[in-house]
Amino acid sequence: MGNKQTIFTDEQLDAYQDCTFFTRKEILRLHGRYHELAPNLVPMDYTNDPDVKLPLQLIINMPELKENPFRNRIVESFSEDGQGNLSFNDFVDMFSVLSEMAPRELKAIYAFKIYDFNTDNFICKEDLEKTLNKLTREELTAEEVNLVCDKVIEEADLDGDGKLAFADFENMISRAPDFLSTFHIRI
Amino acid sequence: LSPGKFGTGILSYFSFLRFLVLLNFIIFLLMFGLIILPIIIVSHSSANMTFVQQYGSECTDYPSSVRRGLVLFHQYIIDLLSGTGFLEQTYLFYGYYNVDLVRFSRFTYNVPLAYLLATFAYLFLSLVWIVKRSVAGFKQNLVQDEDRFQSFCNKIFSGWDFCITDENAAKLKRSSLLYELRTDLEEERIKQKIADRTFKERCRIYLIRLVLNLFVVTILAGCFYCIYRATIYSQERQTLKLQTNFILDLIVEYLPSIVITLGNFITPLMFDVIIQFEDYSPAFEIRFTLMRCVFMRLASIGVLLFSLWSQITHCETDDTVPCPCGYNHQLYPCWESRVGQEMYKLMIFDFIIISAVTVFVEFPRKLIVTHCDCGLAKWWGQQEFAIPQNVLEIVYGQTICWIGTFYSPLLPAISTIKYFIIFYIKKVTLMKNCRPATRPFRASSSNFFFLAVLLIGLAMACVPVGVSIAQISSSKACGPFVNYTTSWQVLPQVVSELPTGLSEFLYAISSEAFAVSFFVVTCLAMFYFIALAGAHKRVVNQLREQLAMEGRDKRFLIQKLCQAQKRLASRQPRAAPLSSGSSVAQYQYSSQNRNNSGVLLEQPPATSATHA
Repeated sequence: MGNKQTIFTDEQLDAYQDCTFFTRKEILRLHGRYHELAPNLVPMDYTNDPDVKLPLQLIINMPELKENPFRNRIVESFSEDGQGNLSFNDFVDMFSVLSEMAPRELKAIYAFKIYDFNTDNFICKEDLEKTLNKLTREELTAEEVNLVCDKVIEEADLDGDGKLAFADFENMISRAPDFLSTFHIRI
Repeated sequence: LSPGKFGTGILSYFSFLRFLVLLNFIIFLLMFGLIILPIIIVSHSSANMTFVQQYGSECTDYPSSVRRGLVLFHQYIIDLLSGTGFLEQTYLFYGYYNVDLVRFSRFTYNVPLAYLLATFAYLFLSLVWIVKRSVAGFKQNLVQDEDRFQSFCNKIFSGWDFCITDENAAKLKRSSLLYELRTDLEEERIKQKIADRTFKERCRIYLIRLVLNLFVVTILAGCFYCIYRATIYSQERQTLKLQTNFILDLIVEYLPSIVITLGNFITPLMFDVIIQFEDYSPAFEIRFTLMRCVFMRLASIGVLLFSLWSQITHCETDDTVPCPCGYNHQLYPCWESRVGQEMYKLMIFDFIIISAVTVFVEFPRKLIVTHCDCGLAKWWGQQEFAIPQNVLEIVYGQTICWIGTFYSPLLPAISTIKYFIIFYIKKVTLMKNCRPATRPFRASSSNFFFLAVLLIGLAMACVPVGVSIAQISSSKACGPFVNYTTSWQVLPQVVSELPTGLSEFLYAISSEAFAVSFFVVTCLAMFYFIALAGAHKRVVNQLREQLAMEGRDKRFLIQKLCQAQKRLASRQPRAAPLSSGSSVAQYQYSSQNRNNSGVLLEQPPATSATHA
């Protein structure tokens, strides 16, 4: 509506609008945030799709992610190389899934990726232990951690293989009343 | 008041307080509109009013309590604080309402009937409003019960709020999660312990619990006896009308309130210590201690009233002969006003105590803890906002209001102002003096808990009001019910004056036949709903088991499929194993499914048809 922005072409903005849950204004604002993380690396002109990736360290120091115990895993899950280097597309992807407009199924998929620390497509007991330690900053004793992990597997594991497959996880998440409201980052 | 800082339990507490302010205001409007307004209108308009007839007898002798002669200033203060003297002859108390009928141009307004019906109306209105408010919370409570069955998963996978950006809030969330996990583990441990108990241990535990419960009962009995004696002493001193010292007089007037407050302060501490020996699960411990405290608070009002009744209906002359006027007219010419005064004193004292504790205990505590670095400060720590005790305080005040409104129609107005001021006092003390509770109060059940305790208070308030309306003879010297034996008598008299059809219908409703059949039908409905709830629970359990079995069936089928395809592959080595392999792999979520540039963000990765 009259503001001539030169960051993206109109086709690009339309594509972003279609593929994410953000409006044009929000995508431009996200680009501003992405740019201010590393003004020297990130060009203002994205019309020719530059291949710029920001490292993990810059992203996890953002105020929205700073206090999150799973910030490393979140960024790694949305990066293409699995090491946490996010291009702008990955960046927008991440905040789109974590926004309040994303549906439960989509959030469940990415939550599963985040909690799967060894990326073997199963949340096994070691993954659960790591999750718990990150949540409580290791203030539980080893025995308590063990007990809690056993209880979690007992509650959620349906097929009885001692670890959570995606089906188990999704089934459990569908019955967690707070999941949609807690798995949400406002940007 | 951000929920992030103090928790949603505290928000529920303040919304509960707001609800009480509104409720008291509506009750006041009800009483004012139905009783006081007609009287005021009449004195300024052309309508006619008749006063209650007082047949000159010894029962109607009501000495005026207005002080005469040279009155010292401090006696006015005593009057203000205890409702005697000049306050007694105002609209504040029952005794001043002596209008019988108000004749307007088109109809007559029966003031005693209105007084009685207004009492029933405010009790009924409170009941309906509280039930309406608690239904929403109750439904949520039942649904949230699902939490019991997945509590660990919920805490780990949806326990951390990703929106937290503040370091302190993160610390708080971490500690509250830690506390919840530890509590849940403790519960599991205790459940295991209980299941493992041998017969001998169980006997021992039951014996200990019996002894401790008896101990609790003796403590309560002791407190009630103290209240009883304090009330009787205070009443005797008041009727003697000795005026010694200003402070002493005030203390004597407020003696029952002081004893009740002391009891309510000491007993929770003792209950906290006792419950630790009884070896219950942590959740049950909290609930049981709370129930004991609720009982203590509400029953102490009941004991006070009981001791007042015993004084009022006890005539000195002879114990076997009933009192000539139905009550002790020498000591209590206008006993309803006296009861109203006691309720008024309780309410004022409650308000003074809450404000005084906030000003003289919580503020200095904060000052000491922040500025002084001594061991005492470290051990005492900063104030935590204890929600259960605060809720009990305000429910106690509300029960006093409900009981007292019949005897003192302007009491709801005082109660409204009192809760209004308390709201702001509590808010200020929360902001300035309190640190967030390390033990989070379960918000999902807190709303329901507040309203449940309030309902208990309402039920408790109905009993004394009902007894005094129906059983005890109304004063013959003051009040609107002079012409009736008891306050209840207004209703049968008015009903008998109604047209025959209506009065017969009302008689039929109040007859025993109708009451018994109504009771039976209600019981049947209740049993039906209990059976329905039980059936639903069974269905839920069955579905859960089915779900588990489905998972196992799927695994079994997949294994069979793999075996069959392996056999197929071994027989025909050229058959592409890729398709069979991928159909198995697609059952498990594959991370290779992300295409470039987030094109497929809105669709979950394609899963095979076997994934139901």
